[in-house]
Amino acid sequence: MEFANTLIDWLRPDWFLNLVVISDDYNRGRYLAGLWMTVKLSVLSIFFSLIIGILGAAVQGAPSRALRVLVGAFVAFFRNTPPLVQLYFFYFAIGTVLRITGENGLPQPLVSNFGWAVIALSLFAGALNVEIFRAGVEAVPRSTVEAAEALGYTRLQIYRDIVLPLAIRISLPALGTNLVNLVKTTTLAYAIAVPELLYISAQIWSEDLNVREMMNVLLVSYVGLVAILVWVLHRWEKTLRIPGYGE
Amino acid sequence: MTWTPDQPIVSLKDVRKSFGTVEVLSGITLDVMKGEVICIIGPSGSGKSTLIRCINALNDIQAGSITVEGLEVNDPKLDKLSLRKKVGMVFQQYNLFPHKTVLQNVMMAPIKVLRQNRAEVEERARALIAKVRLNGKEDAYPGELSGGQQQRVAIARSLAMNPDVMLFDEVTAALDPETVKEVLTTIKDLAAEGMTCILVTHEMGFAREIADCVYFTDRGVIVESGPPATFFDNAQDPRTQQFLSQIL
Amino acid sequence: MTMRPNAPVRGHMPVLLPMRIRADALPMADRMFNVWTAAALVLALAAVLIAPAFAQDAAPEKRSIIAILLEWTPTLAGGFGFNVLISILSMAIGTILGVGLGVLQVSPIRPIRSVAWLITQFFRNSPWLVLLFYCILLIPFQIEIFGTKIPFPGWIKAVIGLSLPVMAYMSEYMRGAILSIPTGQWESAESLGFSRGQIMTGIILPQTVKRVLPSWMNLYAVLTMATPLVSIIGVSDVMALTRAALSAEGRVDLLIPMYLYILSWFFIYCYPISAVTRLLERKYSVKL
Repeated sequence: MEFANTLIDWLRPDWFLNLVVISDDYNRGRYLAGLWMTVKLSVLSIFFSLIIGILGAAVQGAPSRALRVLVGAFVAFFRNTPPLVQLYFFYFAIGTVLRITGENGLPQPLVSNFGWAVIALSLFAGALNVEIFRAGVEAVPRSTVEAAEALGYTRLQIYRDIVLPLAIRISLPALGTNLVNLVKTTTLAYAIAVPELLYISAQIWSEDLNVREMMNVLLVSYVGLVAILVWVLHRWEKTLRIPGYGE
Repeated sequence: MTWTPDQPIVSLKDVRKSFGTVEVLSGITLDVMKGEVICIIGPSGSGKSTLIRCINALNDIQAGSITVEGLEVNDPKLDKLSLRKKVGMVFQQYNLFPHKTVLQNVMMAPIKVLRQNRAEVEERARALIAKVRLNGKEDAYPGELSGGQQQRVAIARSLAMNPDVMLFDEVTAALDPETVKEVLTTIKDLAAEGMTCILVTHEMGFAREIADCVYFTDRGVIVESGPPATFFDNAQDPRTQQFLSQIL
Repeated sequence: MTMRPNAPVRGHMPVLLPMRIRADALPMADRMFNVWTAAALVLALAAVLIAPAFAQDAAPEKRSIIAILLEWTPTLAGGFGFNVLISILSMAIGTILGVGLGVLQVSPIRPIRSVAWLITQFFRNSPWLVLLFYCILLIPFQIEIFGTKIPFPGWIKAVIGLSLPVMAYMSEYMRGAILSIPTGQWESAESLGFSRGQIMTGIILPQTVKRVLPSWMNLYAVLTMATPLVSIIGVSDVMALTRAALSAEGRVDLLIPMYLYILSWFFIYCYPISAVTRLLERKYSVKL
């Protein structure tokens, strides 16, 4: 306990390392709140983007040409435009238009900035996921699908029970890369004042003038978050691994 | 240690090599005199390729010694460049550089490694390409040639360095039967000119024709050796007899 | 004792590897990028842009949306050109550094390999915006070398900031490409007496160019789409100019059309790059 106290003393502002995030309770609290916000953004966006990806890949195989074109346009739009501009578009352009009258009679935004951030990130990553899952779905051999048809499966059953499990395994590496990028892309929410990690850190360093230390803490935090995600994906891949498949 | 022609040009003494815990060479001893052609035959996994690669320092050995023309190959301070100038090697997968033409492939090493004059090298390269019967193909890329043609370019490329010993690692194993003959003819011409050749091969007929001595390896040791006449007709060891009966 | 670097362990999750598409899966991939989707997008864009023009306001002195967009186009085009300039410079710097770092990642000397790997992983896992902040805040505004002052305006710092992740990604691509060259190339070159440096520059690296090209082009598209980030750190790129224009005009009905306008510029610039990348992937995946 004595040692811990000395360590914390050592990290106080007047010493050469200005690590207020560890030494000062208030700042530490803020930093952890920002970290939690980043985690929330990441988890929600990952979740929704996966759903969008799976649905989109399913529609891509649909017989209706109009649907395929629609999904194709959706993916092309989100893949070839900057995510920051997409975010601004949702928050400033659509968000300003989409207002409802609040309780006090003044117009209020329908969706908060956190909400728009999740929507924008989910759509962006979701569009990329559609591509990834589609490639995975198409990598499932046609003969396997035909065998299922011959056994009497319906299209939905084939997709759910045979194609999807195989496609997910095939897509895992690319999917992992995409999800890691998603965690890094949550920093865009800074631009619309969502109090995530980067935003909070900027507040801290503008108050305490310890940019260098905060930067390093920030980078270590993100590397840590990414490492956790990679570990989770690795465990998921291990549980899904089929012996002798794809070697 | 200076080398004189009465000593063996390549000498292996009790060479041992392991890959991790698996021992691949368990005490190989053999000598090759200058101008000799020797063939090493044996079942897969017997260590033939490893043996030849050790002579060229592509793999290191755990025990024993290998000398090439007086150079200690297993010496950690060995100047590999001086070894590679003496020893030329041709591989099973030809390994031509796909982004260079045939002529460039043959010319590259003497210019960049031996730092010889470009005009001289080009003249010699063209002569070598003609010697392996590929004149007209100097400006072709390896991708445009057949397997046998690529292998002959690989031989010309190694010869351009003027080696004293040529090593052939199952050079016809990846070729169609029709193209095997053209490569073997090239090697035969080379041997007739007096080049010291060490071949690892499955081509028994060829071995019988050109070898001065045939070695049979099995599980990392030399089981039997001798001139082709006695070797193929009068094999002593039962393992050799079994192997030959399976192949011939 | 051979010079060839070790290939990665089998079964390890290749999170960091680029995605491989099977050759016969590609024909359907092109269905996504075809006339129909492009047409659908153009129609949607046009509809959104033209529709407000039809919703005429009561006050006649308000200019039409299209007129405003056209009026601002030269300024915004200058901003967009600035984005392109930043992307080209960052790509160039990042590529050169990345190729070097990639070669170091396969070095036979363990400390060099580890350090190179660490640097690559560090910049690969850092958010691009954080790296931009890092550069804008920590690079001095000018440095003195031998008495001459070299100024570092904001946009140069932004270029450096963006070139760091490019360097990291290129390093990974190069490492993968170098490791995919068959061992035989290393061995035969070694047998001919070439030194490691000669083998790398004369034989291995030229062969990696083809393999890396699709990923490289894709990286450029990603980089271009990251350039608006510099508006957050105070560089006057197209995004900063757009927001300035919008606040100057102060019209709510201008928001959606103008953002769509800018989005369409990026789309028109990046879509061909994606299409060519797809073509190249198909062409080279068959050979591999």
